Amino acid sequence: MKTDFRNSLGYPMALLGGIALMTSAAISVADWLTQADITQRQLEDLQATLQQVVPATYFDNDLVRDTVTLRAGDQTVIAYRARRNGQVQAVCYQVSAPGYGNSAMVMVMGVDRAGTLLGVRVISHAETPGLGDKIEVTKSDWILKFNGRSLNDPPPFGWAVKKDGGIFDQFTGATITPRALVSAVKSGLEFFAAHRLALLDEVVAGGTPK
Amino acid sequence: MNDYRRIFADGLWGNNVVFVQMLALCPLMAVTTTATNGLGMGLATTWVLLSANIVIASLRHWIAPEVRIPVFVLLIASLVTLADMAINAWLHELYKVLGLFIPLIVVNCCVLGRAEAFASRQPVLASAADGLAMGLGLTLALVLIGACREVLGSATLFAQASLLLGQSFAFLEIVLIQDYSGFLLMLLPPGGFLVLGFLLAGRRLLERPRP
Repeated sequence: MKTDFRNSLGYPMALLGGIALMTSAAISVADWLTQADITQRQLEDLQATLQQVVPATYFDNDLVRDTVTLRAGDQTVIAYRARRNGQVQAVCYQVSAPGYGNSAMVMVMGVDRAGTLLGVRVISHAETPGLGDKIEVTKSDWILKFNGRSLNDPPPFGWAVKKDGGIFDQFTGATITPRALVSAVKSGLEFFAAHRLALLDEVVAGGTPK
Repeated sequence: MNDYRRIFADGLWGNNVVFVQMLALCPLMAVTTTATNGLGMGLATTWVLLSANIVIASLRHWIAPEVRIPVFVLLIASLVTLADMAINAWLHELYKVLGLFIPLIVVNCCVLGRAEAFASRQPVLASAADGLAMGLGLTLALVLIGACREVLGSATLFAQASLLLGQSFAFLEIVLIQDYSGFLLMLLPPGGFLVLGFLLAGRRLLERPRP
């Protein structure tokens, strides 16, 4: 009888186990086939993002691979260094801010040696379409207003939206998003100021590197 | 042959996943803010439905009824993972548009529903036809709802279609009203429910028995 073994107690278990093995094997093979391509695509994405905030004239190195990892509070920050002739001209790194309704906005910012912002771009967010999403460069040029700013320009009290007495525009119907973004960019610049030497790959003359 | 015609008529209209079975509403609300997103999600789901139905139909004599649900879930999840990897590696532009939604296909109950209701009792070819028909029916619904929400919400149609289908389809991208200020409600989930409600009502009107 053909169906005999299927009535045994162990058959469903063996079947489930067998199928699990089969599918795991298939996924392993697919992973092995696609891994290199996926890594390459992600590197290209990262490169494209970084190049939006650091102009190509600032570096002649492969900035995606020239990284330094720092700790800021409880977060780990990976900074990418743009070097020309071996000297670090600019760095870029990710900062995040709490957006509207507990979702995180992630942005990448580029800062030159003097601490001047080269550019900020939001790379992911969940803000309300049509209201808060003007932080995207494809929707509005608002985010470009940060270019050329630094910690002292505007002075510290100016690092806020206009409603709070600062110099940055808020959006009609959405104040929380630009407010969070402005303060995140400011703390990003403070992070640069605090870790300037480590980020620029320099040590103080006579001092010991930490 | 008549059988296949019935399978397709069922999948596309008579037993449409969204309009009749009312399944898959969760990914539907999430992705259908534009017709293009709906199309991409629909095609990805169609692929999963088709392959899941084929695999399950060819294993149907070996699958013990006691463990059939875990086995279906396992197979569907693996197929979705494979699709996710392949799209990420080889259709990366599309992945950037749809990436977040592809894993959602796992929880799309219409895939498990078709496995249980059709593929586990029918031959491979009929199951393949059923998967294809149900997938196309779902795609139709997603594109229809996406188009309504996109037109009302942002006055465009098939925005970014060239990202999904390649440059040759750029002609699909239509801007209906320049500088449209937008109708936010339609782009938020409530807009999805509204559009779906009106479409369901419209379908009822069409199907109403004539006196």
